[in-house]
Amino acid sequence: MTAFLQNCFAGLALGSTYALVALGFVVIFKSTGVINFAQGGLLALGAYLGYTFSNNLLLGFGVAILLACLAAALVGAGFERIVLRRMVGQPPFAVIMITIGLLFILEPVITAIWGFDNLQVRNPWNINTVELGGLVFGVKDLWTIGLTTAVVIGFFAFFKYSPLGLAMRVTAFDPEAALAQGISARRVYAVSWAIAAALAALAGIAMAAGPGGLSPSIGFIALAAFPAMIVGGMDSPGGAVLGGLVIGLAEALTRGYQDQLFSWAGDNVSIIVPYILMIVILLIRPYGLLGTKDVRRV
Amino acid sequence: MAKPHRNLVRDYRQDLRLFGSPAARAGLAAMLVTLVMLPMVVQDDFWLSVLVYVGITAVGAIGLNLLTGYCGQISLGHAFFIGAGAYVTGWAGGELGLPLVLWLPMAALAGGLLGAVIGPFALRLRGHYLAIVTLGLVFVGEHLWRNFRGLTGGNSGTSVNAPVSLGPIDFNRVELAGEVYSRNQGYFWLVWALVAIVALLVKNLVRTRPGRALQAVRDRDQAAEVIGVRAGRYKIGAFVVSSAIASVAGALFGSYQQFVSPDEWNLLLSIQYIAIVIVGGLGTVFGSILGAVFVGALPALIDRFGDAIPGVRTSVGGEGFISVFALNQAIFGVLIVLFLVLEPRGLAGIWLRIKAYFKSWPFSY
Repeated sequence: MTAFLQNCFAGLALGSTYALVALGFVVIFKSTGVINFAQGGLLALGAYLGYTFSNNLLLGFGVAILLACLAAALVGAGFERIVLRRMVGQPPFAVIMITIGLLFILEPVITAIWGFDNLQVRNPWNINTVELGGLVFGVKDLWTIGLTTAVVIGFFAFFKYSPLGLAMRVTAFDPEAALAQGISARRVYAVSWAIAAALAALAGIAMAAGPGGLSPSIGFIALAAFPAMIVGGMDSPGGAVLGGLVIGLAEALTRGYQDQLFSWAGDNVSIIVPYILMIVILLIRPYGLLGTKDVRRV
Repeated sequence: MAKPHRNLVRDYRQDLRLFGSPAARAGLAAMLVTLVMLPMVVQDDFWLSVLVYVGITAVGAIGLNLLTGYCGQISLGHAFFIGAGAYVTGWAGGELGLPLVLWLPMAALAGGLLGAVIGPFALRLRGHYLAIVTLGLVFVGEHLWRNFRGLTGGNSGTSVNAPVSLGPIDFNRVELAGEVYSRNQGYFWLVWALVAIVALLVKNLVRTRPGRALQAVRDRDQAAEVIGVRAGRYKIGAFVVSSAIASVAGALFGSYQQFVSPDEWNLLLSIQYIAIVIVGGLGTVFGSILGAVFVGALPALIDRFGDAIPGVRTSVGGEGFISVFALNQAIFGVLIVLFLVLEPRGLAGIWLRIKAYFKSWPFSY
């Protein structure tokens, strides 16, 4: 039982990073209708910027996180401004491929600046643990879950109560009606990208601060947030959080019981569990757990 | 009576002709002669092998273009099907020792079957689920290749020793009119003959009723369904054919390289193919071949001439800030973005503009 709870806790910590990334996907998808493959690149960029701020500039860890999120948000908004805005009105598949291109530009840029070595981010959490009732909680994991909860609450409050959040919801619901009300679609798109990039950066730093350290492959780990988005429903922010947690739990439990239950499926089967779960969900509930069914009007 | 102008098209049949004008026929004949003569002129093994890889890539790119260019669906899983084709070749051609006429269709069949199993998951939904599902496919595939050791040899890879003879001709050692040609020369003919066959096949497919249905689905799926096109069925059909063609490319790749390992079928390979069809031109067969020539040859050229490019690190721990692998990756990314933003019709679009200019000369504006 202890082992099971321990694995569940690891799953929640992993799942909350996925939830952050998936939330970013959903924000961009809802407001612009684009599946953003560059999210993994932004995540890696945010993590490496956090490393620079924390290790090279010796800023406090909290300040480093904030600055990295801000910088990533600027880069995200910059992508929207420089590249994506030119693609307005183009078929969606062309725009999706642009984001794939951006992902593959970001990765080598990152390795060119920071190299391929595994880096350790200077952070106050390290590998400290807290023991409670026979369970061992990593301080980093507790912080990840706490930060994610705070950010998700802030995210929903922003969309519910702030004027800009309302403008974004309106644009997602009906772009033309929003324009007619004087809402600037450009601003909404840029802000969506900025929010998504900041969320990705936060998730990136949370991943990098762990015992595994920071390596260029971190961007590809983030691709597992795609299944989270599909499982939850592409257009549902709540679904993204739920999907992230489900995927994280599934992955951590498979890893925990690899030797007992999954040895037949080969080593490291936990890496592909998110994708298998995604295919199962697509089979039984194609619009995701909380997504809205697509209504077609001719 | 005056002869009608060569550009005049008077009925639908004429408009659908594959090789309409005398100029097109002459161009095609010239291309064929070039392909047959080229290996006799270029004897350098490096350039021949680059051209063979370009040909193999062209086959796969034509397959992806059928799906992406003609049907508007993005697949990131091309690498998976290429890998599948290579492993089927290793098994059917290598272990069972079947001849070329059997292992090549077997690879195509296996690719098509896999496509038929996977397609329905992703394609019965509207929107771009295929991109995400096939992204997963690349990772699931890599896991399978690493663990399905009987077929793939696991992490360490497996050798592919498939016989490549067609009747009396052995492409490893072609004897023609008393002359003996090397393996690279033989493979050049084999691969480029297949490029021609696949190109003709796809070109023919897209001018038939199913081909027009695909393009209707790409342009506006709802309108297509209203006029009686079953969008889901045609999307899956395009995915199956494209996967089968990818497996043919994989079969050729495996048999030419004689050794394959799971590291080769990664996301970067899929991205390379996407870059090729975008640079070449979406929705043109000719463009896929052009793209394969320009983009497919890049990795080999960078590998060979990397020393001459400043800032490129050619060995582990060497000088320079960017590795060969990262440089390839960056170039593919930049090409995709630049072409989509600045020249969405690709190289083929540029070529068509030039052609239109001269076709309507002296009234070109």
